[in-house]
Amino acid sequence: MRVALSKAAFEAEIISRFGAPFTQQKPPAQVMSTGIAEVDSIMGGLPRGAVTEIFGPPSSGRTSFMLAMLAHAIANKEVCTLIDTSDCFDPVSSGETQVDLDQLLWVRCAANVEHAFKATDLLLQGGGFGLVLLDLGDIAGKDARRIISSWWYRFRRTVENTPTALVVIAADSCVRSCASLALEMNRDADSWSSPAQVLHANLIPPRPSEITHANLLRGIRVRLDRHRPLHSSPRTAQFNGILNNI
Amino acid sequence: MFACIHCPVGTNDESLTDFAYSFSPLVEETAPDTVVLDVEGCELRFGSAYGLANEIARHAVCSKATGGLGSRVNVALAGNPDTAVFAAKFLKGVTFIASGEELTALGELPVEKLFSPRPSVHSPRSGPHNSNLNTPNSGLNKETLDFGPWTLDWKQGQEILETLRLWGVRTFRDFANLPTPGVAGRLGQEGVRLQQLAAGKTERYLKLIQPAPVFDNSIELDHPLTELEPLSFIFARLLNQLCARLLAYALATNELRVQLKLEDRSLHERTLNLPHPLRDHKVFLKLLLLDTELHPPQKAVIAVAIACEPVRPRVLQTGLFIPQTPEPAKLELTLARLAKLVGVGNVGSPQILDTHRPDSFQVKRFFVKNGAERKRRGDGETLGRGDEEKGRHGISESPAFNVPESSSPRVPGSPLLPIPVGFRIFRPPLRAMVDASRGYPLQLSAWGPNRSVYGKVVRLAGPWRKTGDWWRDDCWARDEWDVAVETRIGMAGEQRRTKLSHVLYRIYRELRSGAWFVEGAYD
Repeated sequence: MRVALSKAAFEAEIISRFGAPFTQQKPPAQVMSTGIAEVDSIMGGLPRGAVTEIFGPPSSGRTSFMLAMLAHAIANKEVCTLIDTSDCFDPVSSGETQVDLDQLLWVRCAANVEHAFKATDLLLQGGGFGLVLLDLGDIAGKDARRIISSWWYRFRRTVENTPTALVVIAADSCVRSCASLALEMNRDADSWSSPAQVLHANLIPPRPSEITHANLLRGIRVRLDRHRPLHSSPRTAQFNGILNNI
Repeated sequence: MFACIHCPVGTNDESLTDFAYSFSPLVEETAPDTVVLDVEGCELRFGSAYGLANEIARHAVCSKATGGLGSRVNVALAGNPDTAVFAAKFLKGVTFIASGEELTALGELPVEKLFSPRPSVHSPRSGPHNSNLNTPNSGLNKETLDFGPWTLDWKQGQEILETLRLWGVRTFRDFANLPTPGVAGRLGQEGVRLQQLAAGKTERYLKLIQPAPVFDNSIELDHPLTELEPLSFIFARLLNQLCARLLAYALATNELRVQLKLEDRSLHERTLNLPHPLRDHKVFLKLLLLDTELHPPQKAVIAVAIACEPVRPRVLQTGLFIPQTPEPAKLELTLARLAKLVGVGNVGSPQILDTHRPDSFQVKRFFVKNGAERKRRGDGETLGRGDEEKGRHGISESPAFNVPESSSPRVPGSPLLPIPVGFRIFRPPLRAMVDASRGYPLQLSAWGPNRSVYGKVVRLAGPWRKTGDWWRDDCWARDEWDVAVETRIGMAGEQRRTKLSHVLYRIYRELRSGAWFVEGAYD
């Protein structure tokens, strides 16, 4: 205790004479807009030089969020790359959602997780990319959690002090402490053209006249919950995804 | 000291130039039938300058097979190139003009010879030319008079000649003896230059023939090579020399052609095309090695040749506020390594094909465009299919939650702005067993090597019929449904707990076979 007090007194004396040499003045972290104003205003955007994790169950809006990020980053002249672990990126639907496909580097890994991580490492080491997306969305949560932590530490160390934002999309949280920002996504609601076609919930079958060409999925409402940084207060944002623009 | 060789009967300028090179490496091709050599120091080899001139004249009459020209030539030696040219053109045989004796040799030449046009040299290796230089109407360029480092307008030259005739100037000597200030005052700077030419007092450098640079390199091996590592040393040596040559000419290359001669005398050829010009031999070596690993030769290599296409280096103006982009050399290396890792067809930019067939795309080469190269979004790349695709979900009703029409930035307090819903496609589509006993899907189960889908259909919408390519054998037709399937999934962060969730899939039934497939999931 005495030592601690003497140290505090010593520091106070130095601060009174020379300013605050023990306080590191970290520059404010640069962020990249996600392309969704609602999310940016609440979550603050994607941190550059850090790993961001976005996880959630299937149909929770992860891909919609990813496409929005891609479209916005490419529109801002960032060079973007997508490491598609399960080869499930759909250029037809994404090309029509404002993503300039010419400026997207797409790496298809045919469900080979090891290839996906090696490709991510190569791209991060190469440098110069604004947004690197590692899509593990179709990898089962239990498999994603088994990914050894050294990969994540390596990625975190590689993107540190660079303008690159590494975003990992997964079914379950797997980046753990290496993620500077972790967002959990869930689908709050979905919108269909005809509310009568709820089958097993109330067992009301649709009449033949109700099954029309226009009766398709129309959109979803997505909720984001911030899990990291741990010391920050939890926040929630929402956005809508629609299909009638496709 | 300069020597001029003039071939009055005409010759192939290529042979004349080659002939001149046998005496001096410093050769100017003044005209197709005239060359000027810098023979300073050649007297050490030929005894004296006059001995050199005699040797040139003697060797020229030898046959072409023995390195001669097969015809007589005029040879003139003088202290400056222009005097040597005039002497060789208008004095037969061998002429030696010592410094200060120019007027003695050329003074009696008529002043009209000063304005005789000199045929232009089109290329160092052009074909035979007309040698009749003394006739103005010989089909030569009458727009300008070429005097080596400077030119004179033909019309202006004729005016000066007319003035000189009016003054009674008939020979080079007459012109040279005129007072220079008076000539300058009346004829201008062109007159002074012409007077210096007539007096043999000009000074200029030769326009030396520059041999066309060669950007290829080859080597024949003593022993056949079967492994990549020793081949890499050969590549490194050849590339080093190529890049040094490119650097010497301030050029770069965007195409490398590699030709490997194999043991069975066949050729293994590879071409590396780069989106941006480079000249870093280390990068080229790595790219070549990666490419050779991907496309190895089938036999042992006995000879290696590398050629490149020289182009101007890329000059790019960057800015403080332009986002950082990958360095071209690093990006090429990264792409090559990725291609080796996941396959060539799995790295690049997706390009949507001009068809409505589902999941039709190709992967093209990725390269970073600068600001000027970037096109505005939608400029023809999506091939005009977007409008028709709108039809599938082009519903006029409003959705269950409020979705504003505008896509401008959100104003606080206004409803949430929508973003397009993403779709995760399954490649290949999952073959499904669907209970459609009531005419619509009730239960769904599908298994694939990497994923499975099963559960009760709790919500559905459809069908949406899509057909295409009906004029071809591989036409397609299907009814699409959007379904919500009740699925048990693991809860995030908890390994043993599951919960029921509704996953949104797009399924379809092929009309030809009646089989059901799961195309993908909305996400």
